[in-house]
Amino acid sequence: MLFFSYFKDLVGREVTVELKNDLAIRGTLHSVDQYLNIKLENTRVVDQDKYPHMLSVRNCFIRGSVVRYVQLPPEGVDIELLHDATRREARGG
Amino acid sequence: MSGASIEDVYLPPSLASYLDKKAVLQLRDDRKLIGVLRSFDQFANVVMEGAYERIIVGDHYCDLQLGLYVVRGENVVLTGELDLEREELPQHMTRVSEAEITRAQKAEREVVQRSIRKRLEFLDFDKLRVASSYTCSHAQSHPQFCSFSPIVL
Repeated sequence: MLFFSYFKDLVGREVTVELKNDLAIRGTLHSVDQYLNIKLENTRVVDQDKYPHMLSVRNCFIRGSVVRYVQLPPEGVDIELLHDATRREARGG
Repeated sequence: MSGASIEDVYLPPSLASYLDKKAVLQLRDDRKLIGVLRSFDQFANVVMEGAYERIIVGDHYCDLQLGLYVVRGENVVLTGELDLEREELPQHMTRVSEAEITRAQKAEREVVQRSIRKRLEFLDFDKLRVASSYTCSHAQSHPQFCSFSPIVL
């Protein structure tokens, strides 16, 4: 559940989601669930010319299973907090 | 005046907000379905009404009418709400007939296959035919690992 909680804290931030089919979408993180399904708002495709069918898509739902990377804003990463959370999770509490 | 408003409640991502709206469904086999989203569940299985497949090859496109479609969730990559205010496709793209797009699609596929074959020229295909059961889901990004059977046609 660590990454679920972590992504929940990032709601409202601008992220880039890169999918397994190499499609990369940038947008505001609207919500995330236990499967790491992601909903983005105000989306734009990084390589728009290659994916013309995404031109009029402003909001989208991405299935968690097809995500390869999520690029986060540097200020959204608190290493200390993540360390602590990881240790807590490893202890089972 | 009371504390939490409805906007403060955290809601998990759901397709509910796209219900009865025109949406584009990107599938894992690179197909794009467009239609009105009528139903969904927790696996991202979806029902699309009045669905059509949009085939895009270069600057040409074609819409193939399909009708009512149920898509199993595992094949779904992304569901996007179409903004009706915006252009669906760039201006320079032109609509062509089904026959034309099928031909263009075939030509495009042949180009890809030829480039894969070129990269594999140093291999002895006849000996490698035994390896034809070995497949890779990333055939596009790692053609060197992809199945040999479709290449040696």
